Parts: sequence; C-alpha cells; structure tokens
Amino acid sequence: MSILINKQTRVICQGITGKVGHFHTKGCKEYGTQMVAGVTPGKSGETVEGVPVFDTVSEAVKATGANATMIFVPPAFTADAILEAADAGIPVIIAITEGVPVLDMVRVYEIIKRGDSTLIGPNCPGVITPEECKIGIMPGYIHKKGPVGVMSRSGTLTYEAVWQLTGLGLGQSTCVGLGGDPIVGTSFIDLLKLYEADPATEAIMMMGEIGGTAEEEAAAFVKQHVTKPVAAFIAGRAAPPGKRMGHAGAIISGGKGTAVEKVAALEAAGIEVAESPADMGTAMQRAIKRKGRA
Amino acid sequence: MKIHEFQAKQILRDAGVAVPRGIVAETADQAAAAFTTLGSAVAVVKAQIHAGGRGKGTVKENPKQHGVQLVKSAAEAKQVAAALLGNHLVTIQTGPAGQTVRKVLVEEGCDIARELYLGIVVDRAVAGPVLMVSSEGGMNIEEVAAKTPELIFRERFDLDAGLFSYQARKLAALLGLKGASVRSAEKFMQSLCRVFVKSDCSLAEINPLVVTGAGELLALDAKMTFDDNALLRHKDLTTLRDLSEEEPAEVRAAESGLSYVKLDGNIGCLVNGAGLAMSTMDLIKLHGGEPANFLDVGGGANVEQVTEAFRILLEDKHTKAVLVNIFGGIMRCTTIASAILEAYKLVGFSVPLVVRLEGTEVEPARKMLAESKFDIISAIGLTDAAKKVVAAAKVA
Repeated sequence: MSILINKQTRVICQGITGKVGHFHTKGCKEYGTQMVAGVTPGKSGETVEGVPVFDTVSEAVKATGANATMIFVPPAFTADAILEAADAGIPVIIAITEGVPVLDMVRVYEIIKRGDSTLIGPNCPGVITPEECKIGIMPGYIHKKGPVGVMSRSGTLTYEAVWQLTGLGLGQSTCVGLGGDPIVGTSFIDLLKLYEADPATEAIMMMGEIGGTAEEEAAAFVKQHVTKPVAAFIAGRAAPPGKRMGHAGAIISGGKGTAVEKVAALEAAGIEVAESPADMGTAMQRAIKRKGRA
Repeated sequence: MKIHEFQAKQILRDAGVAVPRGIVAETADQAAAAFTTLGSAVAVVKAQIHAGGRGKGTVKENPKQHGVQLVKSAAEAKQVAAALLGNHLVTIQTGPAGQTVRKVLVEEGCDIARELYLGIVVDRAVAGPVLMVSSEGGMNIEEVAAKTPELIFRERFDLDAGLFSYQARKLAALLGLKGASVRSAEKFMQSLCRVFVKSDCSLAEINPLVVTGAGELLALDAKMTFDDNALLRHKDLTTLRDLSEEEPAEVRAAESGLSYVKLDGNIGCLVNGAGLAMSTMDLIKLHGGEPANFLDVGGGANVEQVTEAFRILLEDKHTKAVLVNIFGGIMRCTTIASAILEAYKLVGFSVPLVVRLEGTEVEPARKMLAESKFDIISAIGLTDAAKKVVAAAKVA
C-alpha cells in the first residue's frame, strides 16, 4: 500500500513534447512508471519515448484509461491544464510547473475543491511511491521502499531528507512534494489524513518552511488525529522578515510565518523537530523510538 | 514587484479610487511650482522611496528632516524638497544606510476627520483575496493585529464578482461610518478590489485611509505590490519598475536566472533548491556563522550561472568564505563540479571555498575536485560542511 499512486497508476504527461516534459517522461518511464500517454494541443499522432500524444486530456483518458497526470506546461497555461485534467476526471493531478500567477491558483483551487480530483503542486517536485511509481522530477535511486511517509514544501530539501532516511535504513511509503507557492492544491493536513489511514505508512516526516501557517495547522491536526510518530524540520530560521526566499510562498510577512512560531507549534503537538537539516533522518528515528513503533 | 506611492496613486485614480491631487517633483524648483499649481493653502511633501515608515524616518544628512512634511508656501515646499532630494532617508525598513530620495510627491492637504486602515492581501488560509479594514488608521497594522486583533475586520471577495455592496456596507458599519460616508466607502472598496484583481496585485494597502470633514473617503497613502509571476501579462506595469530601489546584486542575479537575496553575514552560499538553500543558511547559523546571502541556482545550473553566482558572492566585500552545497538529483554532481572548476578558473578565488556534494555521480565529482590544482576544501555531509566553512571564515 501507499498513498495517491502505486504500481497500477496509469500516467499521462501534459506538455510532453516540450524539452522538460520529454526529459522527465523518459525518467519516469525508466523508473518503471506506466507512462501511457502525453498531451500537447495540436500534436496528436506523434509519439515521445514511445508514448502516444493526444490533443486533449479527455481523448488520452478515453484511449488509455489514465488516472494520473504530470503537468509541465508553461506557467501561463498551467491553470488551464489543471482544469482540463480535472474536467477529464483524472483523480490525481500533479503540477510541476513553477511560476504560476497566484490569482490563477485562487480560481483553480475553488474549482478543484468542488470536484473529486486531488491536485498536488504547483511548483513541486512531484510524488513517488518507491519501487512502484514516480511522477515528477526527483532522482528515483535515492528512495527505498519502506514505512516512512514523507511530505515537504521543497524539492532538494526532500531529497536530502530521503537520502538521510535511506542511509539509516528507513525506507519510504510515498513521498509528496506539496509545492513552494502560497496556494497549492494539497496541504499537510490532507496528506496526514491519507498517511494515517495508509497501513504501509508507519511514521511521517514533514519538511516545512517559513511563510503562511500550514505547519501550525498541521501541528494542531497531528495532536488531535494522528497516532503515528511524526518528525519535522522547518527551513528558514536564519531568514530575515519581508524577503522572499526563492519560493513564492517562503516569506515572513506581517511578523507571521516565522520558523520559531512553527517549531514551537510542532513541538507543542509532540512532534520531534530536527534542529539541524543534517539531523532530519535521526529525528525520525527518535520519533519512532519514542512511540515504540516500526 | 514594488512601485512608488505616486505610481500606485495614479493606478488608483484611473480605477476610480479617490486619492488627493498631487504632482511629482524631481527638483526643489519643481516642488515649489507644484505647490503653486495645486493652489491649496497647505500641501504635503512626501519622499518617494519603496520602503515604508517614511513619516517617522529621518534624512541621514540632516536628522531633523523627516520623510513626510506639511508645507504652507511654495518657498517652504522648495526648502523641504531640497532637504530630501539626493539625500538618504533612513526608515525602519531601509537599514542604517537609508535609501536615496530621487523624487518627491507634492500633494494637496486635506481636512482629516478620521484615519482608518484598509488593505488587501491574498490570504493563504482561505485561498483567496481578503479585504481587511481597521479603525486604527496610520498605525502599523502588524502591531494592531498582535495587540488588538478584534479591531480588524475581514471580507473575502470573489475574483470575478468582486466585493459585493453588502460586504462593503458591513465593513463600513463596523468602522462606524454613517450617512454619505457609507456610499463613499462602498465605491472606494469596490473599486480597489477590482483594480487589485485586474492588476494581479499581491498586496494593496491604504494606510491611512482618511475620512474628510465632508465625509468622503480618500487614500492618503497607497502601497501596491504585484505578483512577479503575473507580470508577463501586464507589460504596462513592468514599465513602473524602479531598479534604483532594488539591491543591484539581486537584480543582476535575477537576470541570470538565479534566486539571490543579500543578507548581513560573511559566509557566501551557493545551493540548488530554495528549501535546501534556506536550510544551508540555518545550518551556518547553527554552527556559529552568519550567512551572507540566500542563493538558489535552480535545478539545471550551467557553467555560466555558477560563474555568475560566484562573481556575485565574491563581489560582496563582506564575504570571508564560500560554501557550495549541492544535492544532485536530476542535476549530476559532475556537471556542478566542472562548473565549479571552470568558474574558479574564470573568477579566481580570494577566499576559502568549501564544497559539499551529494547525490547523482558524487564519487567522480569529488575526484574531479580533489585532483584539480585549486584550493578547494571538500566536506562530507552537512555538519562537516558547516563546521569547515565557519572555521574558514573565522580565520580569514
């Protein structure tokens, strides 16, 4: 078991004929992901890496039974691509694209939350269920099948954490990059619910960062509803207020969203917080030991 | 992207939001002429810099001069403008060096009955734009939010429908507005919400929003920030960008596709990925050092980008050591290693360089660095890297 995606997941790539879409379709395919179709308007009939290209998502779904999509279209067209996927009934929509205007996401979010699709991202590395299915840009080989559910607002920091976990012999059930934008489709809480219900996930590792209150909300949820051990790291303790730290969402504004507040909220919820990013894997070990699990 | 107050007020005026009449001046003589043209008994001369806190801020060269001052004659307008223009205004947001004043806004005075606060932000918690108002105008809204949150009222509004009239009337009532002021508030709020969406703002703030003696609402100050990701569809707005207000190294980095933020420390960092870049700063601090910057070279950095990144780091006179921290995922460590060697050759290093590589093709990459003739300190793991760079910066 796992969350969101597994060996059976049939994946399309929106923007497959672009340089990046092509590159990562190849990478996912090599990892063992079932890449069943690609979509680029006006390019139906072509193939990319042996994958057939369609003009629309609904045609691709009809022809291949796809049930997940990986989106690489340029930022100005990302909102449209997400909505097209949702309209075609794709249950798992993963938007990798960085730079989507925030008001576009306001519109997308309103529509998505009324339907049944789960949107991950945008501005995220994707989702991977190790040794089964990779949808995104993460390096597959650092992952290992196992009991830890990993979720994060950042890409390379997740790789760092996964690397540490794998090095300690702690494999992962499913790793999810939520995305670094102010408005993203899925929150820590949405994933906590899935991990808590997933029998293959025995512990949860979360990487948050400055900006917003998603970590505080997650902490409150963990305290109330999560029985599995949770460890966390918050990036940005050294970040000054009012400056955007790369991610559009990583900014301390109005004195809100500081690392100190987030760490305090997580600790108050009984979550093991790593002080140093070098200590993420061992924090997970400590959390597991404390709860006497895994 | 930030813009100046006078630019924001022009956008608001065009959108039907009430703002006082004003004229921009770049010289003291123009300021005097502006006073005469406005023809009001009192005017206000306001320094135009991007930082907030101008009213309480003072001129570095003449600490008695504040950034905003009431004047009663053309001669006085000229005198104040002369004291501001070309000098550095230091406010709580500028840092001790201050920001050079290149323009002043001369604005007609108005009859102020009350000062209110009004702001629009995209609120992540409700995933949409929220209009906030408060009776505590002129105050720092963050302080109000911390001390008296019950004095701030909020309404989320729809992007397409805008703020409904009833929402505006509700907020007006909570602010204690009566009679004609309610109608004025409705028009003001609705127009502002519309222009917020139309221009893809990330922030619009009117502080203070004044109620005049006649009961009209007027934007005495205006601050607008635009979503950088949306600027592609607002060519007209991009012309309002004032590069002289931005950190030159940050502008230069952005031109090379690097995400860079200058900080106050002495350890330069070059990292791939925003989260890891932030974590690297944290790590340096945790081990007793001070990061000189945030720098994310992105997922597919090439030799040109790494070279430019090194140049930017080394041009900062405070830099005493540099830490490269790369987790090679899709980007191979060998690619970054050859970029480092190439950049080292091109830039020349005056300070110690610590390199920590991990991930794809790490072993051949480490070998490349070790076998090079350059003086590169290799680190294994994050803690080792932090300790080595902090020690190197202390010696240097």
